Amino acid sequence: MALPSGTQPASGSAPPAVAVRPGAAFRRRTLADREDLLGRLMLGPTLLYVIALAGIPFLLAIVLSFSDARAGSLSFSLVGLRNFLAILPDPQFHRALWNTLLLTVVSQAAVLVLATTSAVILDAGLPGRRAIRFLLLLPWAVPVSLASLAWVWIFDSTFSVINWTLKALGLLRTWLFWFGDPALAMTAIITVHVWRMFPFATVIVLAGLSAIPQDIREAAVVDGAGFWRRLLQVDLPLLLPVAIVAVLFGVTFTSTDLSVVYLLTNGGPYNSTHVLATLAFQRGILGGDLGQGAAVALFLLPVLVVVAAVMLRLARRTEVGA
Amino acid sequence: MRMRRARRVVVRAAQYAAIALITLFAVFPFYWMFLTALKQNRDLYVGATNLHHVPWVFNVPPTLEHVQLLFQRTAYLVWVRNTVFVGAVVVAITLVFAAPAGYALARLVGRWGERLGIALFLTYLVPPTLLFIPFARIVSVLHLQNSLWSLVVIYPTFTVPFCTWLLMGFFRSIPRDLEEQAMIDGYSRLAVIRKVVMPLAVSGLLTVVIFAFTLVMQEFVYALTFISSVQKMTLSLGVPVALVRGDVFYWGSLMAAALITSIPIAIVYNLFIDRFVAGLTHGALKG
Repeated sequence: MALPSGTQPASGSAPPAVAVRPGAAFRRRTLADREDLLGRLMLGPTLLYVIALAGIPFLLAIVLSFSDARAGSLSFSLVGLRNFLAILPDPQFHRALWNTLLLTVVSQAAVLVLATTSAVILDAGLPGRRAIRFLLLLPWAVPVSLASLAWVWIFDSTFSVINWTLKALGLLRTWLFWFGDPALAMTAIITVHVWRMFPFATVIVLAGLSAIPQDIREAAVVDGAGFWRRLLQVDLPLLLPVAIVAVLFGVTFTSTDLSVVYLLTNGGPYNSTHVLATLAFQRGILGGDLGQGAAVALFLLPVLVVVAAVMLRLARRTEVGA
Repeated sequence: MRMRRARRVVVRAAQYAAIALITLFAVFPFYWMFLTALKQNRDLYVGATNLHHVPWVFNVPPTLEHVQLLFQRTAYLVWVRNTVFVGAVVVAITLVFAAPAGYALARLVGRWGERLGIALFLTYLVPPTLLFIPFARIVSVLHLQNSLWSLVVIYPTFTVPFCTWLLMGFFRSIPRDLEEQAMIDGYSRLAVIRKVVMPLAVSGLLTVVIFAFTLVMQEFVYALTFISSVQKMTLSLGVPVALVRGDVFYWGSLMAAALITSIPIAIVYNLFIDRFVAGLTHGALKG
């Protein structure tokens, strides 16, 4: 992999000169052969596009958070830390920050448990494994806004099938107003996030499981390790890097998600279920205060920096190992 | 010996029970969409306090009236058209940018390739939530508010990095020897790409087409931010935002829309998920 393509010996033992087509040796070398130039030409447009439409907006997001930009006009001036001083003592902001943290940690913990469980069971050779995997993947494939809508209906205050079933089973004496109570509303939001993310994590962990060399497992069996010992001492440690990837994606997608909360509760009841994303949307887009919205959204940055750092570490480690 | 067998049976049974429950959890909302879409209103709107009315099954014969309403009296088909339009243009843009870049990263730029590839991939992780506010400014500077073109400009910011990364993996998996043999035979690098690499990369390119398209179909945040009129909406925005009239939810039609939209994506997605995961994890799994 480290060898530049030009220096790598060609396969086959025939010296190159023998294989040259008649006339080919006299063909002029053109741009089409200048690998370095060609590489730059092919990569350049993409780099420019990404810098222009992801890099610059990213910097703009930071600049805007220090500005008094409003949705209506295009001019703005820098106002230093004013936006941050405005949101830092704001109880709604505290709530959103806490909710984001709670949502991310709880849902990812649940996702890890569900995903590892399903992956280990599926990997153990289950009849109908492909069919089950197809069904398990549905929540991840469906557009999140449409899925959220289905959950709004499932948690409906009058027609909730969950309430009916709990009542019918004799487990519920009172009534659950899912979106009328902050704790229940957060439970609903977390449920939807778990539902959406665990299939994806399952597939990643499953890929990791099947990448574990079979002889390692067989060796463990020969040494007399049972299911649990094999799981805890062989499979799970080897799964760690893959599980980390799954969690990183999960953390990124969950902590920054706007659609689930927006469609389920829109921050209600009494602004108790806002997350950073919905609060930023409310302040920045609906409220028109782009500066403050940007400041709120910026608090997601530390999460992403950590995620990126871990990703880079993983990538570097495998680069050395490859 | 018998103890051990008994224990194995118990473990197996527990495993089946666990996977059955988990699968039910995953599938249940789709079953619910299905029931809701086809139930008559008098079967649908029965308060959940009524324990004699079992909501899990059809209590009166199913009906297609909600589906008809969806297709005939709502903007659903307009949203389908908008989505296909945005999806097609974004897929084209994505291929034009990502295919050459993926190949360059895989073969032409040497050791830099790996790092640039990772850097590109990381931009995929920068979320809409952080970018929609600056984009709101950019879109208004470009005068693209409430236009499908705003989505066409912005969606490639996540499809291009992601697809470049996927394609880099595909191009790497093509045996280098084939390309070198062709160059020894007198082909230029560009000709090698056209005549040797592209035919071999067809399945990779197809995967990218599918994923770019599904990413577009799933996007909600930018559409919500930039599109305000019902006629310009895409499916993922129009169905949850504009099918609700005032405070009245037409749940039958809503769930029909959700189900009809989801099924094709789900099937296609399932066919390609292995490649997708391979692309995402090829860093972590290699080691």
